[in-house]
Amino acid sequence: MRKIKKKTTTKSIKPVKKIKSKPKKKQELKISVGAAVLTPGSSIKHKTGDWRSMYPDWDKKKCTQCMACWMYCPDDSIPVKNKKRIETDLDFCKGCGICAKECIFGAIEMKKEKK
Amino acid sequence: MPRKVIEASTAVAEAVKFCKPAVIPMYPITPQTHIVERISEFINDGDLDSEMIHVESEHSALSAAIGSSATGVRTYTATASQGLALMHEVLFVASGMRLPIVMNVANRALSAPINIWNDHSDSMAARDSSWIQLYVESAQEAFDTTIQAFKIAENKKVLLPIMVCLDGFTLSHVYEPVDLPQQSKVNGYLPKYKPSNILDVKKPVSLGPIGYPDSFMHFKKAQQDAMDNALKIIKKSNSEFKTRFKRSYGNGLIETYNLKGAKFAIVCAGSICGTTRVAVDELRKQGIKVGLIKIKCFRPFPKEDIIAACKKLTGVAVIDRAVSFGFEGPMFTDLKAAIFNEKKKPLIHSFIAGLGGRDVTKNDMLTIFKKISKTKKPITEWLLD
Repeated sequence: MRKIKKKTTTKSIKPVKKIKSKPKKKQELKISVGAAVLTPGSSIKHKTGDWRSMYPDWDKKKCTQCMACWMYCPDDSIPVKNKKRIETDLDFCKGCGICAKECIFGAIEMKKEKK
Repeated sequence: MPRKVIEASTAVAEAVKFCKPAVIPMYPITPQTHIVERISEFINDGDLDSEMIHVESEHSALSAAIGSSATGVRTYTATASQGLALMHEVLFVASGMRLPIVMNVANRALSAPINIWNDHSDSMAARDSSWIQLYVESAQEAFDTTIQAFKIAENKKVLLPIMVCLDGFTLSHVYEPVDLPQQSKVNGYLPKYKPSNILDVKKPVSLGPIGYPDSFMHFKKAQQDAMDNALKIIKKSNSEFKTRFKRSYGNGLIETYNLKGAKFAIVCAGSICGTTRVAVDELRKQGIKVGLIKIKCFRPFPKEDIIAACKKLTGVAVIDRAVSFGFEGPMFTDLKAAIFNEKKKPLIHSFIAGLGGRDVTKNDMLTIFKKISKTKKPITEWLLD
């Protein structure tokens, strides 16, 4: 059995200066009875695209504006302006890849999220 | 006030008729069936103006009740045993959405082996579902408690669903004289239900859609606080009932019988309390000081009242009609926990009795009193003989 020497490191640790900070006032969470959401349409505030690991990369040049991606998107992530799709709205896109799968022109490619 | 000899199930149906729920989604199951039958007769005869929904299962019965209650109308349902087990998932949704649904449970054992007779294993399994649980002893109490249940559940400080448990067959199918009040008297006691957040196309809301980790715990704490409030509201509803109808059941949470000067007591719930009363009377005649503590309200558990009732006792026998397998009777566990931190506390014994319709007789009660008065060690026993 080898003996392991105990290292004494206490000397090298410098005492940390205590930082005095003002205690923050606790904000009380207001909750409704029975978890009722009383403002209609408030789900727009809860951006659910933040746990996406892949995102659809749209190639504007290859796109023919056939609108297949707009039709197949299970959320509302393909905005349309003047009868043409524009850059993907990633706020609610979960990166499911349906648009990429359905695009027969190869204009949408799923790429890894950079985080 | 007419007095009628009716079945306890009919008494419950009569109580529902007096409270006039707008929607009644129900699925018949033994031994709750007579409640469903009587209510559908009332609706058919034009005595009760309610929408009866014939659902395809108990899961759907409570789901429909949730939908109905969410639109802001008084809602009632009833079930038993396997039906309550099938509802289990939905029980938590009803309480989480804080919907004051009233449900009668005609207590019956759970399979397997299949058994249609009475014990408390069905409702005890739903103990932690945040439903208020009241247990009744007689047909009159079943009638009175069902009316009180609407008042308790619909109170703004409570807003929780409520189970009124009556023993299957031993109570649900028993004929007893029941005082039926005038409709105006019930109207005076039970005001119209005024909901706060309801499903309404004119003012759209979403009920209970999602609770993120930052808020979910707060909703659960609110439920626990509502349960604490319920203790007071149940007491208040009981005393208000007393002033209007001249009847009450202890303080609404527990009822004590001959506890004055008693050294030993039996703690139980439901119809066996009647049997215990007879045994207590017999022993009192012989000069033996015994009493009864009837637990009427099991959830929320009336901790303070239990502590006060047990203070002067030396021995208490808790009779459970259900088992938490792998440990002990659920009422026994709770009672011990309630008085654990008290300095002066009685020795507490556990008796498991009357599972699956096994008779619990006066002699059983006399034997229990005899056993607990002689021992100095805690007894844990199943009454199998």
